[in-house]
Amino acid sequence: MPNYRIHKTEYIDETKRVSFKYDGKTYFGYEGDTLASALLANGIHLVGRSFKYHRPRGIVSCGAEEPNAICQIGSKKDLTEPNVRATELELYEGLEASSQNCWPNVKFDIGGINNFISPLIPAGFYYKTFMWPKSFWKKVYEPLIRLSAGLGKSPTEPDPDIYDHKYVHYDVLVIGGGVSGIIAAKMAAKNNFKTLLVDDKKILGGSTIYQNNDSIKIDDKLSSEWLKNEIQEIKKLSNLTIKTRTSIAAYHGYNFLLAKENLTDHLPEEKKKNKIRQRLWKIRAKKVVIATGSIERPLVFNNNDRPGILLSNSINKYLDYYGVTCGENIILFTNNDSAYETSISLHKKGIKNIIVDLRKSASSELIKQAESLGIKIYFNHVVTNTFGYRKINSLEIMKLSEDGNTTVGNKIRLSCDCLGMSGGWTPMVHMHTQSGGKLDFRDEDQVFLPKENSEDQISVGSCNGDFDLENIIDKTVNKINKFLDIDNQDYQDTNIICSKENDKRNIWLLPNKIPLGKTKCFIDFQNDSTAKDIKLALKEGFRSIEHVKRYTTTGMATDQGKLSNMHALGIIADTAGVKMGTLGTTTFRPPFTPLTFGTLVGRNVGKFFEVVRKTSMHEWHVENNAEFENVGQWKRPWYYPKNGENMHDAVQRESKAARDSAGILDASTLGKIDIQGTDASEFLNRVYTNAWSKLAIGKCRYGLMLNEDGMVYDDGVTTRISENHYLMTTTTGGAANVLSKLEDYLQTEWPELDVYLTSVTDHYSTASICGPNSKKILNKLFPNLDLSDENFPHMSFKEDKLENINCRIMRISFTGEQSYEINIESKYGHSLWKMCIEAGKEFNLTPYGTETMHLLRAEKGFIIVGQDTDGTMTPSDLQMDWIVSKKKFDFIGKRSLYRSDTVREDRKQLVGLLTDDPKEILEEGSQIISDVKSKPIDMLGHVTSSYFSPNLNKSIALAVVRSGKTMKGQKLIIPMENKNINVTVSDTIFLDKENKRLNA
Amino acid sequence: MFLINCPFCGERDQSEFSSGGEAHIVRPKQPTELSDDEWAEYLFMRKNIKGIQFERWNHVHGCRKWFNVVRDTSNDKILSVYKMGEKPPVNYK
Ligand SMILES: [Zn+2]
Repeated sequence: MPNYRIHKTEYIDETKRVSFKYDGKTYFGYEGDTLASALLANGIHLVGRSFKYHRPRGIVSCGAEEPNAICQIGSKKDLTEPNVRATELELYEGLEASSQNCWPNVKFDIGGINNFISPLIPAGFYYKTFMWPKSFWKKVYEPLIRLSAGLGKSPTEPDPDIYDHKYVHYDVLVIGGGVSGIIAAKMAAKNNFKTLLVDDKKILGGSTIYQNNDSIKIDDKLSSEWLKNEIQEIKKLSNLTIKTRTSIAAYHGYNFLLAKENLTDHLPEEKKKNKIRQRLWKIRAKKVVIATGSIERPLVFNNNDRPGILLSNSINKYLDYYGVTCGENIILFTNNDSAYETSISLHKKGIKNIIVDLRKSASSELIKQAESLGIKIYFNHVVTNTFGYRKINSLEIMKLSEDGNTTVGNKIRLSCDCLGMSGGWTPMVHMHTQSGGKLDFRDEDQVFLPKENSEDQISVGSCNGDFDLENIIDKTVNKINKFLDIDNQDYQDTNIICSKENDKRNIWLLPNKIPLGKTKCFIDFQNDSTAKDIKLALKEGFRSIEHVKRYTTTGMATDQGKLSNMHALGIIADTAGVKMGTLGTTTFRPPFTPLTFGTLVGRNVGKFFEVVRKTSMHEWHVENNAEFENVGQWKRPWYYPKNGENMHDAVQRESKAARDSAGILDASTLGKIDIQGTDASEFLNRVYTNAWSKLAIGKCRYGLMLNEDGMVYDDGVTTRISENHYLMTTTTGGAANVLSKLEDYLQTEWPELDVYLTSVTDHYSTASICGPNSKKILNKLFPNLDLSDENFPHMSFKEDKLENINCRIMRISFTGEQSYEINIESKYGHSLWKMCIEAGKEFNLTPYGTETMHLLRAEKGFIIVGQDTDGTMTPSDLQMDWIVSKKKFDFIGKRSLYRSDTVREDRKQLVGLLTDDPKEILEEGSQIISDVKSKPIDMLGHVTSSYFSPNLNKSIALAVVRSGKTMKGQKLIIPMENKNINVTVSDTIFLDKENKRLNA
Repeated sequence: MFLINCPFCGERDQSEFSSGGEAHIVRPKQPTELSDDEWAEYLFMRKNIKGIQFERWNHVHGCRKWFNVVRDTSNDKILSVYKMGEKPPVNYK
């Protein structure tokens, strides 16, 4: 097996050999490697196929910008992760990775045929397919796209890993642990700022940490040695927290940032167990220093995407940090000085290399050094083509014309096994723009830079466009002193020597004798968009960068165009003949690199997904086989199946028992608001549609609450407990919103009212007993209470004790039966319930759930807000005009009740429906029509509630129907998928219209 | 994510608050005397300013108090907070 590891470095532990599997084959690397460096050490460049043309692709970079080396990690159903960048993944024993997007395998790929039919897949291919015949789409395009699309596989079972969230507050957050970040963090921490320094790599130091060129020195030391010293020093600072393997995902307003910390991804399987895998840090920082550095740009020339073509600086890092050479015969193609550092490094390790430089000439310390080492340099030359299918084996260069627009002279063919490219540097301004910052364009080296730094945010180092070490250090020190308003002298006497770049030449799309249509000049490697695609988009009339991006899909892959956006912009500017700075950029959106769902969700999974509220009686319901229904966060008994009953049978039995003898309902979840104060009556007058001033103490009243727009909002019974004390009940689901609404009016519209509101929903448990025998059961529980209709009539309230414990008893009814609600402090709720059940035994007291409650109230035509109403129903629409006071001067929503729209007679109104076949039960939500033949069919309304009533022995339904009030007796039709159901409009009250049962 | 300075509790995370729309819309004292148009103006019409906007916020997961906020919607900077019933700061008119 070939070995490209050619020397030892301090970052690779050669005593710790690590075995891993890539595409099913076992390889070895060392602790300290990334998957990418280990693959390169094994001579593997080819790691995937491109998205559209399925061209062979190799590792391009050494970091987050990697477009090609993305892989699927693991193969278990619950533990597999797609789109992981091999350049960032630290190697561990037992790692299993596979290349993505290449079926059947990376070396022989059927989709590669797309490469030969690529003239058929131009820019906007996906959009254009939508315009072609439908039959084409189904038979040709969709299967083609589905077969070749898709980056990786998602797990199919729940994620077994543990994720965590943590909130932290700091005075200063420094993003990026390169040389400028380290300086900033040290200055902040030493001057009493509580500081956090985060870096996405395993160790601090950025690209300076492996820098070993003698022409770059700080205080007479190699810059890497100097920086190591600095890192040792900052580790001693008590005011500074350092988080490595931590990357900022998002920078929101008000210096709120999200960071992802990798805790176990680099550990072997057995050490990952029971540990938190990733942690999401939610950071609030008073001040933020952005020191995120810059990434190298590729160059755009024909066939610039072959395996073996990497960024020049990445070749340098693989060599000096990992000890791995990317080839044995390397060509570096550049337009700036940085490739010369790579060249000199390679040369010193004995790796043959030559330089092709776009610039006519250049002079600097680095270039002199390269020349004196005898490294061959082709100035004023350009790469025009490359060769080799699975890996580059040679290339052609030509001389550039004077203006740089074309090539001249003869082709020169050079053999190589690796090509490094350097098109200059792009400052990572993502964080700055995510936080809302604007950008400026600097013409001289064609970079976008942070326009302004605010008082709480600053960019330093190469992300701010300072590229040589002297500039970086001097400017960082000055800016941080000003930013933090300190006078730190630590770097006053630091002596920096570095090579200065003097010559620049940038050409976004390099010239070629071959017409553009016949070249493959890739801009976005992952999404396979070429210079030709961009030009085609412009030709077809696209101008905005945002449109060109979407049409060509440039910059829209998982790497979000970190390597491609600048070239796309440059080519658009050149083609349209405008200045690049005037085009603006595409928006940089979070996250900077992809996040796992696990990290975002943290611990809020399974039973921690949402709060569950249970009543005091919950355990009894569980013991008695209740099926539960979720109502908001509450678990409410839905029905209590007995002896294998299904839901229908259970509900029929419960409903019948409640009317024949007695039923009991856990009503604890109803919202309860305690209202006190000298203006409590006046307050109720204003929030309900009916009058409250004359309600006697000890009496109860039903109220309907509207929104200011006149639509029904909530309902419930309120009891006057004493002169200035009421207890309001609300619907279960509406409780929190009603309280908020009442507080809003009290605080903002009527602050003069003396009223205090307290939510007491959780303080009281409620057992509601109804049915003809309810009075007898109450008598057993409260033998001293006079239950006669004279003393304790319907809609009244009494207090009594149950074994010394105070109870509030309301005689109110939601079923139409004689009914009592017993309220007790929640801690006694379970005992109360059991005593009721015991007392009711001889009367067949039957526990019933929400479904039976709904059925019983529907028999009586009582509405359920939120089921029979939907925010568009007025009291009049519900045929409840009786509850709207004509005398009251005002109440919430009153004025809206006579807006021209609310008085329309053809509004949807609540009606009853009876099916012609009494056994036929309608589906809730069904549409209602009157004529099946009209086209288009006129939709009159829909069914809101529907049940089979065991007490009436027929099907009943409530519905909202246009002009329904005037339609009693009329025939209507419910059209279903395979039949039409005939119904007749009826009254909304189906049972006991005279309310005889209330006092039976 | 804003950091909002509740006039009763101090600086808290935005997730503790809920927004209540435009501030200083007074409920008419005599709604019955308004025309449909005038009532609709109160009920439905809200400004949507790019720039300085007066808003109601509620510290719903805190002290539950309503208060007013002056916010520049072009950069989300909160310029001032003040209690219900207090006049808006004159310098932001
Ligand atoms: Zn507060």
